Amino acid sequence: MHIGRSIRTVPLAVLALASMVGMAAAYELTIPSMDYRTGPYAPNGIPFANGWTDYWTLLNERDGGINGVKIKVVPCETAYNTKQGVECYEKTKGVGNGAIIYQPLSTGITYQLIPKASVDKIPIHSMGYGRTSAANGKIFKWIFNFPATYWSQASALVKYIGEQEGGMDKLKGKKIFLVYHNSAYGKEPIRTLEKLAEKHGFTYRGLAVDHPGQEQKSTWLQIRRDKPDWILMWGWGVMNQVAIKEAASIRYPMDHFIGVWWSGSENDVKPAGAAATGYLSGAFHQPGAGFQVHKDIIKYVYDSGKATDSAFKARVGEVLYNRGMAAAMYASEAVRNAMKIHGKKEVTGEMMRDGLETLEVTAERLKELGMEGFTYPVKITCENHEGPGLVAVQRWDGKKWSIISKFYEPDREVVGALIKEDSEKYAKENNIKPRDCS
Amino acid sequence: MFYRETGQFKTSYDADQAVFPIFQDRVFIWGVIAVAFFGVPWFIDDYWANAILLPFLIYALAAIGLNILTGYCGQLSLGTGAFLAVGAYASYKFTTAFPELNLIVVFLLSGAAAAAVGTLFGLPSLRIKGFYLAVATLAAQFFIIWLFYKVPWFYNYNATGQISVPSRDLFGFRVTGAEARPAVEYLVTLSIVCVFAIVAKNIVRGHIGRSWMAIRDMDIAAELIGIRPLRTKLLAFGVSSFYIGVAGALMFAIWLGAAESGETFGIDQSFQVLFMIIIGGLGSILGSFLGAAFIVLMPILLKNMLVDGFAMTAVFAKHIEIMTMGVLIISFLIAEPQGLARLWQIAKEKLRLWPFPH
Repeated sequence: MHIGRSIRTVPLAVLALASMVGMAAAYELTIPSMDYRTGPYAPNGIPFANGWTDYWTLLNERDGGINGVKIKVVPCETAYNTKQGVECYEKTKGVGNGAIIYQPLSTGITYQLIPKASVDKIPIHSMGYGRTSAANGKIFKWIFNFPATYWSQASALVKYIGEQEGGMDKLKGKKIFLVYHNSAYGKEPIRTLEKLAEKHGFTYRGLAVDHPGQEQKSTWLQIRRDKPDWILMWGWGVMNQVAIKEAASIRYPMDHFIGVWWSGSENDVKPAGAAATGYLSGAFHQPGAGFQVHKDIIKYVYDSGKATDSAFKARVGEVLYNRGMAAAMYASEAVRNAMKIHGKKEVTGEMMRDGLETLEVTAERLKELGMEGFTYPVKITCENHEGPGLVAVQRWDGKKWSIISKFYEPDREVVGALIKEDSEKYAKENNIKPRDCS
Repeated sequence: MFYRETGQFKTSYDADQAVFPIFQDRVFIWGVIAVAFFGVPWFIDDYWANAILLPFLIYALAAIGLNILTGYCGQLSLGTGAFLAVGAYASYKFTTAFPELNLIVVFLLSGAAAAAVGTLFGLPSLRIKGFYLAVATLAAQFFIIWLFYKVPWFYNYNATGQISVPSRDLFGFRVTGAEARPAVEYLVTLSIVCVFAIVAKNIVRGHIGRSWMAIRDMDIAAELIGIRPLRTKLLAFGVSSFYIGVAGALMFAIWLGAAESGETFGIDQSFQVLFMIIIGGLGSILGSFLGAAFIVLMPILLKNMLVDGFAMTAVFAKHIEIMTMGVLIISFLIAEPQGLARLWQIAKEKLRLWPFPH
């Protein structure tokens, strides 16, 4: 018995050893994947992690890597927990030739990694989450949060509301409530909304929902009593589906209920059934699997058995899947850019940072990548790590998501001032001298 | 053979009352301390510091704190997470308000703040006992976490309610913040934990510890022999929360660097530390270390073994890890309900006779 068991483990150990030896042979780009496929945030963590991983696998399988350099994705399970996130960061940062970019997909973990990024020289791309004021590249040299931040998004959603009401001046006297996850993430838009409330004369009120967000009865009771004209939601994980179900149960009109783009995926609306029809959310890219890149992913990743999560095939093209894919697309374009700038294929974290800072993904480039019209063009500069900051609104019609509005430009006057104030406060607290970008 | 007391005569009261009366124990413990202080810092890297040794030491300190209250004084508490949070937020407030203040002083003040809060929430213990007291401390857990969200003064009016540690030096070395070297972080934490462990060991051996144990074993009898329950219980709450507060401050300032009240110090932390002392051994300082080692290190060990050794996917390994942890906890408690410390003691008794048990 015992001998049999140990014999069976031998090949496994040899296999593991062999893969380690094989790793040393050719230069590989190490891309950590901070997954969370367990815990209360798994419904949102899984599609994103699959999108992120599948895109890198696609590049390996279809193109043989980036300019011939293979990519090694190193997954690590964080369970959306900051303590486990720290462990994962320390574990993955030195794998192979060293991690070249982090995409933590958690505002809490991002906050923890921000000071480490400049010391370990590994850039962080907190794509549309994390610390909003990191948009100021003069102070946050190593942090990127393009294509748009929470504050831009809050402002864009208010613009959408204004448009629906028939003009920004019609917002006066309206009530806009925010239902938010009681954490750093959920609190991000509060300041922006307060400023906008002052500017446009609407009434703002925030209603906090504690982690993990399964209990929201009292929140929705307050909403039923106060009857806000519009509700915005900054939720994540199970909180989203519970909120949508609660909204349906008090018959709140879904077309006046807008989620942040992290609260607008298939997993969030499906549990509420038909009652969720008409629910809105922010978006910066198209949903659906209709793009060339999806066909390639099915062909090269799923049909050839290379997918990490092969049961996911039917769900390719979900909103969060596409978002993970977009994140990988930006990162891979930055790798290409870094190779071009430095004329070397052995990209390090420092070179990657240069690649991100001068990244430009044009509409033509998106077309080449099989993602024509998938999202808007992005251009990053030394002082602006947020990029264009455009946000559209997408609608759930009961079967699928589709974008129903134009892309809104955020209120730069309000958002810009807030970013400047917050980033300068950070610089002062941490003795950072803003760098010169001219 | 190796672990025999034959020939070790105690010729003075001092020798008889030593913390480690047996020569081999003294050698062993000095060996461990020597390796910890002079060996480990040479090899330590970021992973060993941030993922393994710092969490182990900090949780051990918190477990000692809870063990004083629950293991020695018999007062069940589920407010550990909250007292950790008090320590963390107090250290944040002290160090941002007085940047020049020595970090050691900051940690002690944070402990004091937690002790004050702990004593306050210990007041109901005079009237209610057992599970009912646990519920009262649970109220502390929820109230304090809520308070740190609700009152922006605690997090210096940051936009997001996150607290982040500024860079601070101690004796010319950077201790907090991202530039701190892992060896420095480790040595500072280790020194603090060692000093506090020695102090705790001596408190519980002395008359204070004996009065706690008297209260634990039978409070009415203890009262009859002249132990004042009010003072004794509140002292246990105060000392326990002091330890937990210092652990919270270390957790925030040295280990994590950023924290958020509900996420970092939630109710799960209270349970985790309680499990540590139950598995390690109630009423044992050594047990606090063993329990912390088990709860903190075992998941990481399992994860590294499963993912790196057996090439499992991260998520599958996580599920296996959750199940294995459960099975291990149950089997340890069946094998020895009094915890790992008791197992260690049994092992020592067996070793005395080894290799001739009869």
